[in-house]
Amino acid sequence: MDSKQKVRGFSCSIHQIGNLGLQLLWSLVHLLISIGYFVVAAAAAVESYLISSGLLTRYKVLNISKLKYLAIVIESDDAVQTSKVVQLLRWLEVMGVKRMCLYDAQGVLKKSKASIVKMLDNAVLFEELDEKDLLEKPKCMALEFASMSDGKEGVVKAANLLFAKYMELGNRDGLDDEFFTEAQVGEALRAVGCKGPEPDLLLVYAPVRCHLGFPAWRTRYTEIVHMGSLKSMRLGSLTKAIYKFTRVRQNYGK
Amino acid sequence: MDKANERASGLLGRLSGFMRSCLFKVLCMGPIPTHFSFIMDGNRRYAKKMDMGEGAGHRAGFFALVSVLKYCYEVGVKYISVYAFSIDNFKRRPEEVKTIMDLILEKTEGLLEEGSIADQYGVRVYFVGNLKLLSEQVRIAAEKVMEATAHNTRCVLLICIAYTSCDEIVNSVRECCKDKMEEIEDEEGDDLVDIEKHMYMGVAPDPDILLRSSGEKRLSNYQLWQTTHCTLYSPTALWPEISLLHVVWGILKFQRSYAYFEKKKKKML
Repeated sequence: MDSKQKVRGFSCSIHQIGNLGLQLLWSLVHLLISIGYFVVAAAAAVESYLISSGLLTRYKVLNISKLKYLAIVIESDDAVQTSKVVQLLRWLEVMGVKRMCLYDAQGVLKKSKASIVKMLDNAVLFEELDEKDLLEKPKCMALEFASMSDGKEGVVKAANLLFAKYMELGNRDGLDDEFFTEAQVGEALRAVGCKGPEPDLLLVYAPVRCHLGFPAWRTRYTEIVHMGSLKSMRLGSLTKAIYKFTRVRQNYGK
Repeated sequence: MDKANERASGLLGRLSGFMRSCLFKVLCMGPIPTHFSFIMDGNRRYAKKMDMGEGAGHRAGFFALVSVLKYCYEVGVKYISVYAFSIDNFKRRPEEVKTIMDLILEKTEGLLEEGSIADQYGVRVYFVGNLKLLSEQVRIAAEKVMEATAHNTRCVLLICIAYTSCDEIVNSVRECCKDKMEEIEDEEGDDLVDIEKHMYMGVAPDPDILLRSSGEKRLSNYQLWQTTHCTLYSPTALWPEISLLHVVWGILKFQRSYAYFEKKKKKML
């Protein structure tokens, strides 16, 4: 009995030592990865400097006409830094980007939209544009502000609107499947205020590459590029991201 | 000579399996994704690169898929979803669509055989998407596999076929409205829970990490609704070139972003 307990105790200790060893190895792997990311970030900073100072000539000419609508997703905790957001928008304005959507999940940017537009010289809110303005070549920057409530909650509102519309038709014999189409859902979304177009490019200023709930209906073929956190934003990295986007060719599934 | 070669390759196989299991033991010291999603992009480009015939890229892609499934199930991922065929892919040349559908039919019927991956790993298989768009043969085969694997509980494989997120959302809205019609005395509108309950992907939790091969940075109408808090990973390797290294790197990326997403999810509750 004694010897069995001793063996059990011994194997338990071996198991604990083994686990400790594995834990140390795991921590070492992640430490090496962090060092690697630090080196990559340093190289990216140098490259960004070379791009913004004009030394890397291939980034001097941007075919900005290919970028019809840009979306910027910002981590909500960083979105309070209005001055950083305005700086980013000024860089984009100089590049010639005229139409864009600013998104953060919790709606922090929505609350400061008036002050952001005021701090820019030549910007209006997207909802102030009419059909005619949307068709013409943009004269000033039009900014749309979105949050999580324009995503999943927008679809819920659109569903309720569609249901109400369907009931008005008076057909209670069963649901006509043909009534519910992508076009109908798209129209219902516009009717409940989720009007913005599908962005061509979505830049993510957050710790992780993730769209953080940007309206699903609008990101079918959107290029999603991770830019790092807002506090480490750089003009050179922004230029490179937009340059790379203008070189992308899509098949749209074909 | 043949026997010696066989013995050597058997030994190498056992050695690589042992090293893989050591690697997984280290990985498992951190959180493992519950749901790993894949967009299998680059099969045609692979066939062109390797100068192969039409359809050969997709066959090579199938072998990569089986390997990836094995690695994920071995490391402890419970749910795996793959984008096998988009509704947009029906716009391809009819001969190409037929080649892919024939391959899907062949491999789907293969899942019913003894010793298949579903059998080996106790995988429950779901075919997720607008199955009415498929040919009767493929649809019946898919339904047979779903029925045959319904009792499996260890792991889950979701094969997204004839699927797009937009179609999924439209279907969910339609089903919600159908439910509301049947309970017409209930004056309350739909809510988020109702919409999510009717999603094709409602049988699995949201993905924790989504890997799209070939370096493309878009989701192409795949799991747009489900990827609010999902790490997006785009290795440049074409799908048939995806290997253990990419699966391991994906899991390491997930582990690095785990704390961030847990904090986000807690804020939402």
